[in-house]
Amino acid sequence: MAYKIKSAECTVCGACEAECPNIAISLKKGTYVIDPAKCTECQGQFDSPQCAAVCPADCCVPA
Amino acid sequence: MGNVVSLDSIFGLGELPPPGAAMATPVAASGCSSSSCGSSDGPADMDPAVWEKVKNHPCYSEEAHHYFARMHVAVAPACNIQCNYCNRKYDCSNESRPGVVSEKLTPDQAIRKILAVAQEIPQLSVIGIAGPGDSLAAAGRNTFATFEMLQRKAPDLKLCLSTNGLALPEHVDTIAQYNIDHVTITINMVDPEVGAGIYPWIFHKHKRWTGLDAAKILHEQQMLGLEMLTSRGILVKVNSVMIPGINDEHLLEVNKAVKSRGAFLHNIMPLISDPAHGTWFGLNGQRGPTAQELKVVQDACEGGAKLMRHCRQCRADAVGLLGEDRGEEFTADKIAAMEIADYDDEARRSYREHVEAERAGRHASKAAAQADVQDAVGAAVDPILIAVATKGGERINEHFGHAKEFQIYEVGLNGAKFVGHRRVDQYCEGGSGDADTLDGVLSAINDCTAVFVAKIGGCPSKSLADAGIEPVDRFAFDYIEESALAYFKDYAERLGQGAVCSRAGQDAVIRTGALTARRA
Repeated sequence: MAYKIKSAECTVCGACEAECPNIAISLKKGTYVIDPAKCTECQGQFDSPQCAAVCPADCCVPA
Repeated sequence: MGNVVSLDSIFGLGELPPPGAAMATPVAASGCSSSSCGSSDGPADMDPAVWEKVKNHPCYSEEAHHYFARMHVAVAPACNIQCNYCNRKYDCSNESRPGVVSEKLTPDQAIRKILAVAQEIPQLSVIGIAGPGDSLAAAGRNTFATFEMLQRKAPDLKLCLSTNGLALPEHVDTIAQYNIDHVTITINMVDPEVGAGIYPWIFHKHKRWTGLDAAKILHEQQMLGLEMLTSRGILVKVNSVMIPGINDEHLLEVNKAVKSRGAFLHNIMPLISDPAHGTWFGLNGQRGPTAQELKVVQDACEGGAKLMRHCRQCRADAVGLLGEDRGEEFTADKIAAMEIADYDDEARRSYREHVEAERAGRHASKAAAQADVQDAVGAAVDPILIAVATKGGERINEHFGHAKEFQIYEVGLNGAKFVGHRRVDQYCEGGSGDADTLDGVLSAINDCTAVFVAKIGGCPSKSLADAGIEPVDRFAFDYIEESALAYFKDYAERLGQGAVCSRAGQDAVIRTGALTARRA
């Protein structure tokens, strides 16, 4: 259970990194990635996954 | 490395005099004591404390924009709202509009770039953070980290930021703490029904909001943030994007609402819309306003919150005087190769002293030229528009064929006033003119009676005259406002004799696409 970032559509703005409550998102080789081991899909934390809610390119999706 | 700025190009003539050496024009002590003194945003019209804050800020003072340069550092790529006029996937080095950048910077890279630019451009007075996303999204971390370092490294530079206002209330204390005394909020509506047509969604309190709810929250946060800033004495400029059919008439309400909450300036900008930009508006055929549609709304708001007309809607990584962009001289590669000295504000200080002396004389000479027109011209003559080719310094110092924009002045019995600018493709490249480009220039200044230039060739001169726009080069290198008033006096006389026709009722096209011509 985790989200992933579709790198081809990512604008590398970093909005998701700032919102992630689990520090699961980081910049690797010029693109943001989600660490599936840390991602909780924000369950029990927020109404919806924060990365997907803030993403301007709608490229954070279920893995 | 030598000083690459040609100060000649700013002043038109001569070299920068040593600090303290006054310009030739004597200062008339009696000239500037009343509000009749020329420029609508001169020192006579405002609180001295406010004037002190804005006098060297090109975006807050129309007068300052002729002399001072700004620089945007693109450290804030994240945003917390989606606007129908914005698509930040798009990047083109020829585009000049908000939200577009070629290089995103970390705060450390931004500081190095600022110090490099400050060393090369003594006109630099302001560092702004305007995105390319929102400066306060993602908790404003990069924005404040940059300002924190900058305040230590180059304390003479003014700091400002631009925001959509959604996250503003929670950051007002931090803004005050870093002495950021200029904040721009983009406010396109004060009615959520209008806002729902502009903002498809916002991200607020860990949730994506859409429709009326989104617009209502955004509106409340903007008004609260504006009130909090003005109550702390921080100057606020409000930017509004004029979107025909959506918020054009509504902008009068916006103007009243922001004035009553203490906004210092209101900047109404035309929507930039093109299918190639991939924005919702661009893809759905929403058009921007014409030059006269924009001017009608701006004029209707005159008397409310003070209007700004010199905005160039610049990129989030723009460098230089408004209307020029020297960003390409300061790319990451070029900065890496530069030697950057320790902080030294000597050149900037001399430049500021020089401008201070020059301006004092200008206020008096503008007032004298205006009085002369009032004596000579009857009340029945309507004001006219004049297009001016200039490189800055309030002088007519650019060739027609080299102009990438024309500044537009309205001249009449009440004086000469800067009312806007029109971007054009450079007509002359490599020594020869291009007929298609000339048509573009003609449509951009079609509502003008004359075009003032330092020099113009025979061919474009004839095309202008055929289109009913008089090319004028007899004021080459003179001051714009005094020349415009002298021309108006002459025009009124010729109008009386039936030798010229009024151009009332003509409109012009606002250019929104990429520039195709490059500065050599």
